[in-house]
Parts: sequence; C-alpha cells; structure tokens
Amino acid sequence: MPLIRDNDLVAQDPWVRVDDGAALPEDGTPVIVSLGRWRAERETLDGRNGRLGVVLKAGDDAAELAGDLERLSLVALEFPKFSDGRAFSTARLLRGRYRFRGELRAVGNVMRDQLLFMHRCGFDAYEVARDDALEAWTGALSDFSAWYQTAADDRRTAAQQRGECAAPPLSQSRARIRANAAAASAPPAPAVSCCAGDWAY
Amino acid sequence: MYQYDVLDRTIVAERVSQFRDQTARRLAGELAEDEFRPLRLMNGLYLQLHAYMLRVAIPYGTLSSGQMRALAGIARRFDKGYGHFTTRQNIQYNWVKLEEAPDILAALAEAGMHAIQTSGNCIRNTTTDQFAGAAADELEDPRPWCELIRQWSTFHPEFSYLPRKFKIAVSGAAHDRAAVAVHDIGLHLVRSGEGNVGFRVLVGGGLGRTPRLARAIRDFLPKRDLLAYLEAIMRVYNLHGRRDNIFKARIKILVDSLGTEEFARQVEGEFRAMHEFGYAPETSPAEIARITAQFADPVHKRAEAGGETLDRQRAENPDFDRWVRTNVAAHKRAGQAIVTVSLKPVGGPPGDASAEQMDAIAELADRYSFGEIRTTHAQNLVLPHVREADLFAIWQALGRHGLATANLGLVSDIICCPGLDYCNLANTRSIPVAQRISERFADAGRQAEIGPLAIKMSGCINACGHHHVGDIGLLGVDKKDGGEGYQMTLGGRADEDGALGAIIGRAFSSDEVVDAVETVVGTYVANRRDGEDFTATYRRIGAAPFKESLYAADQG
Ligand code: SF4
Repeated sequence: MPLIRDNDLVAQDPWVRVDDGAALPEDGTPVIVSLGRWRAERETLDGRNGRLGVVLKAGDDAAELAGDLERLSLVALEFPKFSDGRAFSTARLLRGRYRFRGELRAVGNVMRDQLLFMHRCGFDAYEVARDDALEAWTGALSDFSAWYQTAADDRRTAAQQRGECAAPPLSQSRARIRANAAAASAPPAPAVSCCAGDWAY
Repeated sequence: MYQYDVLDRTIVAERVSQFRDQTARRLAGELAEDEFRPLRLMNGLYLQLHAYMLRVAIPYGTLSSGQMRALAGIARRFDKGYGHFTTRQNIQYNWVKLEEAPDILAALAEAGMHAIQTSGNCIRNTTTDQFAGAAADELEDPRPWCELIRQWSTFHPEFSYLPRKFKIAVSGAAHDRAAVAVHDIGLHLVRSGEGNVGFRVLVGGGLGRTPRLARAIRDFLPKRDLLAYLEAIMRVYNLHGRRDNIFKARIKILVDSLGTEEFARQVEGEFRAMHEFGYAPETSPAEIARITAQFADPVHKRAEAGGETLDRQRAENPDFDRWVRTNVAAHKRAGQAIVTVSLKPVGGPPGDASAEQMDAIAELADRYSFGEIRTTHAQNLVLPHVREADLFAIWQALGRHGLATANLGLVSDIICCPGLDYCNLANTRSIPVAQRISERFADAGRQAEIGPLAIKMSGCINACGHHHVGDIGLLGVDKKDGGEGYQMTLGGRADEDGALGAIIGRAFSSDEVVDAVETVVGTYVANRRDGEDFTATYRRIGAAPFKESLYAADQG
C-alpha cells in the first residue's frame, strides 16, 4: 500500500505489520503489532533487536500506551471508515497529552478529503489506497491556506496571523500571500492591504 | 456586527473553489453519488423529495441588510422567489439545482456567508438569543462568544467526523430565549460570587427520539477557558460517543450512560491535562478584543421615548396597539425598542419569506435599525435596534408587505418543520396543519384573549419543530391505517424553566387535529386562574382535564 511521509511518497516502507499469532521476523525488521499482542508479548518484543510500532484500533484507548511510548518508534491509528473520526482525537492525545514524538501513521480507510485534517491532528504518515496518492495529497494540502483553530501542527491560525500583522514588519507567510491573492481575485471584495483598517469595524 | 476580514474571506472563498471542483467531478461522473454525498452534505446540500435543498448558515442568527439582500437575490435567481427560515436560525432554499449550487455558494461568499457545516456529523451553526445585544434583561452580549465558537468550530480538524451532529447554544440573558437546555452544549453567561462573568456549562440536551434537558457540569467557567473546555467535552464525546447505533449517538446518550458526574469528571480531567501538557487551544486576548469590538452597541443619536405621540398612535390604531403589545420587546436603552417581524401570517407557511419581503426588511433595517436583522428559532425576524418614535412608521411599512401580523408568541405563531411537503424523513405533512390551525384562530381579538401559547410541530421524531418543548406539541406519526396521525404532547417549554411535554393519549387524525388543539386551548382558558400561563395551569390541574375533554367521545 502506498505510503506518504513527510510530503513524499515512500518507495519502500521499512515497517512490517505482523498479525497476531504470526511469527516475528528473525532479523531486525521494524514491526507493527496490535495493542493486544504488545500487552501479551511485551518482553519478547522488547528483547528484539529492531524498532517497534503498535497499531491501535478505533476503540482502543491511547492511555494504555502512555507508559510505553518511549519504547515505541511508531504508532499506527486505524480509520475503520470515512465517518469514524475517533482516531483524530486519539492522535491529539498521543501528541498532546502523552507527548509522543515518533511516527504517527494513519491506516485503514484513509481518504484524500481527510488528509489535511489528519495532518493537523498530528499524523505524519499515511497509508493510502490509491497510487496517485501523492498528487491527491499535495492537492488536498493546497485546498486551504488559513485556519481558525490551533491544533497539533504548526500552521499559523487566522488569529495569530492577525496578531502578526499588527506588528510590522509583516511576516509574509505562504498563507498570507495566498490570502491576499485570493482577496484580490474575489470580485466584490475591496482591495485589501494586509494591515489596513480592515479589522477595525 | 462581525465583518469578515481578508482571512475570513479567504477561508470561505477556498471552500467555494473546493466545492466547485467537487461538483464538477460529480457532474462529470468522476465521483460516484455515495462519494459525493458526504462532501455535498458538508456544504449544506441535501437531496430532498423533489429537488436539492441548500441550508445556508446564519451564524447566531445575525444578518446585515446587505446579507439579507443577498439572500433575496439567491431566492430570485436560484429558487422560486422565496426562502424558508428554520428553527436553527438558518435559511433553506428548497428548489436548488446541483449544477448551480457552487454559484450560490459563491454569491453567499460575496456577502460574507456560507453553508459550511449546516449538515453532517460536525459542530453546526451556533445559536443564541435573537435579542442578543439589545435585550433589557441581558447580562452580556453572547455574540462575541458565538463568533469565537463559529471560528473555532469551522473545519475543526478533530471534530468534523463526530458520532452525530452537534449543536451549541449560548444565552446571555436572565430569560433564556435560546433554549440552551435542549442543545448538546448549552452555555449561559452568569456572574460568579466574585462578580466575574463566565459561563455555566450544560451538556446533553436535545430533542428527537430521546428528549433530554441538558445537565450542568460546570457552574462557572472563566471566559478565557471557553475553547479549552469545549474541546475537552468534544474530545470525550468524540472518543466515547456511540457509533454503532445512529439513534444512540448523540452526546445526551453518553451523558446518560456515564452519568453526569462521571462525564464531568472525564471532561475536567482532559481539561486539566490540556493545560498541564500545553495542548489547550489558544485564543489571544487581542483576538477576543478584536471580535468583541465588532459587536459594539449601535446607539441612536436622538432616541427619545415614544412618549405622547406613541400613546396617541396606539390609542387611534387598535391594530397598531395590538402589534406593539405582542411584537415589540423592551430594549436595554431607553427610547429604543426591539421589533419582531412575524413570518406567520394567517394561513401562510410558517417561516417563509418572499424575496420582496426580504428586500423590504433589509430596507427597514437600513432606515431604522442600523442595518441589522436577526432570525429567531421561532422562525421570525427581528429588527433589534429601532427608536420607539419610529415604531408606527415601521408597522405601516411592514403592513404594506404582509409582515405586520400581530401574533408573536400567540397561538398562531406556530413553529413548524418542513414536513412531508419537502422532507424525505417525514411521516406527515406539517405546514398545512399549521396553516389550518392559524386559520382556526385567525381572529386577532381571540388570540389576544388566549394569550401567549406555543404550538410546535414536527413531521417526524427528529423533532426539527421542537414539539417536545411546546405548550402544545404535535408530532407526525405513522397511523396503522396508513393515514397521517398527530401525537399530542402538553406542558413542554424550552426556557430556563425547561420541561419536556408529556404525551396526552392516542394520536389524532389529520381531520381531528385542529379540533383537538382548539379543545386544549379551550380547556386551558376555562381552567386558568388570574394570568396563569399554560405551564402554570397545566402543572396545577394536571393532564386529566385535558384528557377528559379530548377523549370524551372515545369513552362512549
Ligand atoms: S422533524 Fe422530521 S419531517 Fe420535520 S424536517 Fe425534521 S426530519 Fe423532516
């Protein structure tokens, strides 16, 4: 399955998903196991000479991994279907509350229309079904250039951009440049200079 | 009123281009209907019985005259010349063509409006008191907080695929006109013992199949913590709300099953962790100040009270006098008043307005109310800041457009969902029943004599017409013989004294239902003691007398 990481298609995913009951690879291949297997075979897994990842199903509680995250290089979160948004919150907890800094991978039903939201919630890798995935991904990334709320990413929020604006020199963030371009091409909107009294109503 | 800046405009404009692209892909056959469906729903576009319906957000029910004109323009250009104001303070167009939907969204964006999150399992339009910023009994204007919530919830990356739709309401007044207790989250601005203003937080209210009044989980939340606390509630719900059964997926069911105390404990735990580990949402005081400044009070330069002239006008025109008594409310500033424009003419479909009427109201708003208009959850419109001295002129102008119906809060001011005339979930029609009830009680004198009375009607258990919280609630049900049936509930109300109505007995047929309403009204009037409202009478005498008079014939 194609994998996108750090805005790029990964040619060869080094990680191997090992099903419950299946044998672990003899060598140091990095493996992803279920939460159940991690709990049951922690010692064996710990003793292996290779990186470790755990996959959480949508109903699994991230708190169960809280004490183990130091030892994990990857956590995969499963999206069982388009409408099931639990993994978005699990991701926020892993990044925010449990300070997980390893790879956070979206697996399962990973849709183009949700990639951007996933990224905002702290995911940095995505197993996608289609092989034109990279195009879809970069396409989805450019759908929006401004956001209202803080999340797990470092996109500047509208409020932060407004704050920046008050203190020259202006930060010409990508979003800001696009915003101005969009405003200039949107017919009835008056020409807007970034700092002009546009917010002074 | 909040004005979009370049960033707000960018976000909405980018959404329009995104949807234009998605629609083009659908029309070209690149997207299948089931792939397109969630995308169009997120833009407020429903497929109904006869056509597409587009639901446009009117954030917290506040509109400028320019926006109202844009809505009128859309009604003319893309619909059949009218729009329907809903119980969620939004407007719906019922005759939309798919290929034109992106153009409608573009026209909305030009006016600083959108249809974002008017559908789908996400945070919907935040609603509030239609008199916000004008009401005499208000502690503080809730709208800056509504706007903050609007921004925070728009394209929220974590909360766009919730177990079910999610509705937040905010009230800033002593009398709760926003029905906060029947929302997933209800926020009530209150003053703490120390004199600070913050929020009382309620969760798990809602109507539908399992009606619940919201339960308080925090008696006082400092304002600066609002978004963090909301995120904590949303996160607990998003993770633990049921997803296996659509009828049990609302937050009220989670609160029921955990218990209010346990739910509150989980929310508080997450709220503390957010601060401890530094992932609470941030809102700078500067941003709150920027938003708040846009809701500054408009003040008329010369707003002397109506005085003798108004008294004389009222004395000379009984119709005007009646309208002032029902449709004009006290403003917080002396000499100013709040006018509610009824969209419930006798025999008309509740909540409908023609493009001409919308333009007329925009015109009046410009002349008399600082260009400001509100929509109400009772499906009426409001001119929030008029001078008492202008009331007579406003009333006359409204009359020329069929908008001077003096029935606010009276028996013919019926809240009613679209029902089977448009909605594919409906069991029964609702609009024609509302029309027949209002015709039965057409006589203005009789309505005044009956006094305040809320009839609310839904075409199915989804309860878009809020029937559980009507003095008289009517719910469309399937009758065994295949005909339309209406189940009646009595004694509900949506304000701070909230209560859910109780079913009175067997459902009525379409032929019986208007008589049944009249019987209930008659029983109330016959039994009420000096000035009692319906609730008071109902609570005092109980359901029995109503049952007797309604079902007397069944006994024989
Ligand atoms: S209450 Fe039922 S019939 Fe009425 S609009 Fe809502 S879903 Fe449709």
